[in-house]
This record gives sequence, structure tokens and C-alpha cells, in this order.
Amino acid sequence: MSTVDTRTAPRGRDRVARVVLYAILLTGLLVVVGPFLWMLLSSVKPEAEIRQATWLPRTWTLENYRDLFDRLDFPTFFVNSAIVALLVTAGNLAFCSLLGYALAKLAFPGRRAIFLLVLGTLMVPGMVTFVPQFVLVSNLGLTNTYAGLVLPFLAGPFGVFLMRQYLMSIPDDLIEAARVDGAGEWRIFLRIVLPLCRPALATLGILTFLASWNNFLWPLVVATTEDKYTLPVALALYSVGQNRIDFGLLLAGAVVVVVPALVVFLVLQRSFLRGIATTGLK
Amino acid sequence: MSRRALTGWAFAAPFMTLFAVFLALPVLASLVMSLTDLRSTDLRNPLAVNFVGVDNFVRLLSDELFLRSMVNTLVFVVVGVPLTTVFGLAAANALNSGLIRLRGLFRVGFYLPVVTSIVAIAVVWRLVLDPQSGLVNSLLGVVGVTGPDWLGSTSTALPALVVIAAWRNFGFLMVIFLAGLQTIPAELYEAATIDGAGRWAQFRHVTLPALRPTLLFGAVVTGIGYLQFFEEPLVMTRGGPLSSTLSVSYHVYNQFGFGNYGYAAAASYVLFVAVVALSVLQFRLLGERD
Repeated sequence: MSTVDTRTAPRGRDRVARVVLYAILLTGLLVVVGPFLWMLLSSVKPEAEIRQATWLPRTWTLENYRDLFDRLDFPTFFVNSAIVALLVTAGNLAFCSLLGYALAKLAFPGRRAIFLLVLGTLMVPGMVTFVPQFVLVSNLGLTNTYAGLVLPFLAGPFGVFLMRQYLMSIPDDLIEAARVDGAGEWRIFLRIVLPLCRPALATLGILTFLASWNNFLWPLVVATTEDKYTLPVALALYSVGQNRIDFGLLLAGAVVVVVPALVVFLVLQRSFLRGIATTGLK
Repeated sequence: MSRRALTGWAFAAPFMTLFAVFLALPVLASLVMSLTDLRSTDLRNPLAVNFVGVDNFVRLLSDELFLRSMVNTLVFVVVGVPLTTVFGLAAANALNSGLIRLRGLFRVGFYLPVVTSIVAIAVVWRLVLDPQSGLVNSLLGVVGVTGPDWLGSTSTALPALVVIAAWRNFGFLMVIFLAGLQTIPAELYEAATIDGAGRWAQFRHVTLPALRPTLLFGAVVTGIGYLQFFEEPLVMTRGGPLSSTLSVSYHVYNQFGFGNYGYAAAASYVLFVAVVALSVLQFRLLGERD
């Protein structure tokens, strides 16, 4: 990852190329990050200023954020989003690593069939399962419950694929050695396999958390009263609500939705982006 | 059954139980539903449901809104995939050129929209694209152009959503392509330089051929995602104006909302077939990688 160019083009042309590249990249960065910056700056403007296409607030105010508490119940939505995302993440880490390990390292009848079945569902569009899942959750009496929000997402096929591929690249010696020493299968899984899987678990954990945090359609139809709304649902329903739309409130709400995902991403981005690249190419 | 087999099944059981109930069963149920006239009102009285064979699929062929949604989805894929791929490739190539500092900053910045909620993105873009006071039309106003009502006009709403999708997703492809670029041996470039190839010639004759599998993979993954596009119109245009941004997934969702469960399932299976076709194409072109 050195910044030294291995190619030996003439120096003058390099300089021109460099200027052109910086110009393109900086323009790109402005276009990509600009809307987020504008969102952040506008969320601390009074309502009248937001619709004026300016960048910096003339008057700085936190009123929009106060309104999230006073006029809407954002703390509840935030807690719901967090509960759902954490449960979904924990479930996927546990269930996908168990099955991924079985598929990669344990010989049992039906192993190949299970792998192909799970892999096959990776291709199924969300809309195919959406209606039957809704009918199922309704018939189980789980609409407007945390169980209804979480259950359909607890065991995702992608996680199995990710964990299996990662475990395939780990040599069998350690596991065999523990088995020879007389360690039970659960003990081997908890003490040896899971610690070895840490990078894959991190990637899966971040991906699942972000997907669940940003998930929108399912909670939109399953959560029917405000006490079960997640943040994206609340934000979407408010933005198309019957009342006069308060854009300051909307932007402050958007910031509250974006920031936790952003923090998770920024803190863990190094291993996260590396994980995306390797799983994408596997 | 042997001890080994029992252990394997014990490890597989928790996932497979949830998988069977909440994923495999719905996939099958959807197929069965697509062959019936099931409506939301029939759920309490299953005996009222009739088997109608392929009637739903035949009806889809003469459903003008469905055909419209197919065309819109196709446009979204055919324009959106190349656009997203070109942006992703340009960013990856620029960052990999060895001429740029602060690569981490650019990489994180370009990836930002990928991890952002579509609802928040919709809130911001609807304001940014506002015909009177939005940033885009204000900028156009500076150079004397009166910008259109981007999301409110039938001629610009779909193109606007395509561009926003490319804006949102090219960061993902950039990361995939960067990983691919780093596997190209430096000797290839050295040899090309000795042959007198400039940067553009090197890009065309070394980078592009070597990156072909990665490019194809990225394009297919993006295509599968775009075939199912739904959330963008749902939160930004509600499928309008005049169904100009209605997608197949959105049509399924609307039919679900009207209570036409059997019909909605049939429409969703058409989408399924398209996704499978695209995936098969990918495996054919790349060869199976297990």
C-alpha cells in the first residue's frame, strides 16, 4: 500500500495526472458527502432558514432535536431499533456460526443438501417471501411484537455462507488435536472454533447490525402502534404524515437515524471494508 | 445414527428450524399462493380459496400497471448498472493509481451512503431536489438554468432515482474493485510501460482484461439488487408521478396492500425467475466457485 508509483512514466505527465485525479476525486467526495453535511448543518437551523438553499446556519438552534423528544417519542423508536438490531445480530452470529462450522468441518448425512438449499435461498427476492411471512407472523399472533420484528431475520443464509467459507480456510489440525485430547464437540466449538472465527464474526456482525438498523419495509408493516416503531419507520411515516411537515424535525430525525450506523462503520471500517472485499470475491 | 452425524445435526438444528419456518416455508407458500385466488379476506376461511392454475400469470400479461413496472425496472437495471459500475471503477482506479494521498478518507467518504438508511437519504434528497429551494436547482440557477421538478415530473423522476441509486451504491463496487485491482501483478504494468503504453492504454489493455471477472461479479450483484428496486420509489415518489417510478417489487407491494395475495405472489415469482436467470448467467460466465 505504498504511495510510490511503480510505473515509470515521465514526471511531468504524472503531475498532470495527479491534478486531474484530485479534481475528480474531490468533486466526487463533495457530491457524495455534501448532502450529509447539508443535512447536519440544516438540522441546527430554524425552520424558516431550511428552505433557503444555504449551507451555514445564520441562527444556530437545537430546537429541532428538542422537538424529537417533545413532539415525537424518539427515545422509544431509538430503543426499539437498538433492541431489534442487537437481537438479530446476536441470533445470526450464533446460528450462522453453528451451521457454518457443521458444514465446513463436520461430516454428517444431508450436509451437501443443506448447503445447496441455504445457498439457493440467497437468490430469492425479498418480495417473494414478504407476503407469506406476513401471513405467517399474523397467524402466529406476532404482529406488533418484538418477536414478529425479529424472528424472520434471525437466521440469514448469507451468514452461513460467510462462516462456512471462512472456516473452510482454517486447517483441521487444531480441531483434530482437541478431539484427540478428548474435548467434547461443544467445548471445541466454544473454545477453539469461535475464537478462530473472530474476523468473520466481526464482518457478519457489522453487516447484520447495519442491515437491521436500516431495515424499513418489514417493521413498516409489522409494527402497527408507535410503541413498536423503529427509527426508519417513524421517520418515514412522519415525513409523509397528514400534518404540516416540519423539515427541521425531519432532518434532525434523519441525523439520529444515520449517526449510530455511521459510528459503527467509522470505528470498525478497516476490518469491515476488508471483510466486504474478501467475502465479495469469494 | 452415528455420534458424528448426531453432532452435525445438533449444530445445524437451530438455524435449520428457523430457516425452515421463516424462509423455506414462505418460498414454497408463495409458489402455491401464486396458483390460487387467495385474498386477505380468505385467511380466516381457507376453504374459500380456489386453485386457479396459471390464471394469475396470464392476468399479469394484460395488467398495464405490471407491464409498466417491468419496463421501469428494466430501465433502472439497464441504465443503473453501467452507471454504478463506471463510477465504482473510476473511483477504485483513481485510488489505486499510486498518485493519491488520503486514500482512506476518500474510501470511507464514498462508502458512506452504502451504510445509510434509505429513509434518511430520501429526507435529504427530497429537500436537495426541491424545485424552488433545493440545492441542485439553486446551483443550476447560478448558471441561468431553470431546473425541473426532478421527482415530480414523469420525464425526470425515474432518471433522478437511477442517479441517486448509483450515488448510493457505487461505493460498494469501489471496494470490490479495489480488492480486484490489488491482485493484478505489477509486472504486467511494467511490461506495458516498456512497450511504451500510456496510462489510458494500460487501463484498456492491462487493467480491464485482468479485472473482467471482478467487474462481471460486481455488475451482476448490482443487477440483482436493482431488479428488486423498491425502497427508493417507496420513500421518494410513492411510485409516481403517474406510475413513472413504479417497479415490479412496488407493484407486488401494492397488490399485497389491496389484499390480492395470490396475484402478488405470482408477480413476485416473475421477479424471482429474472433474478435466477441473472445468477445463472453469472455462474455460466465465471464458472462455479465453491
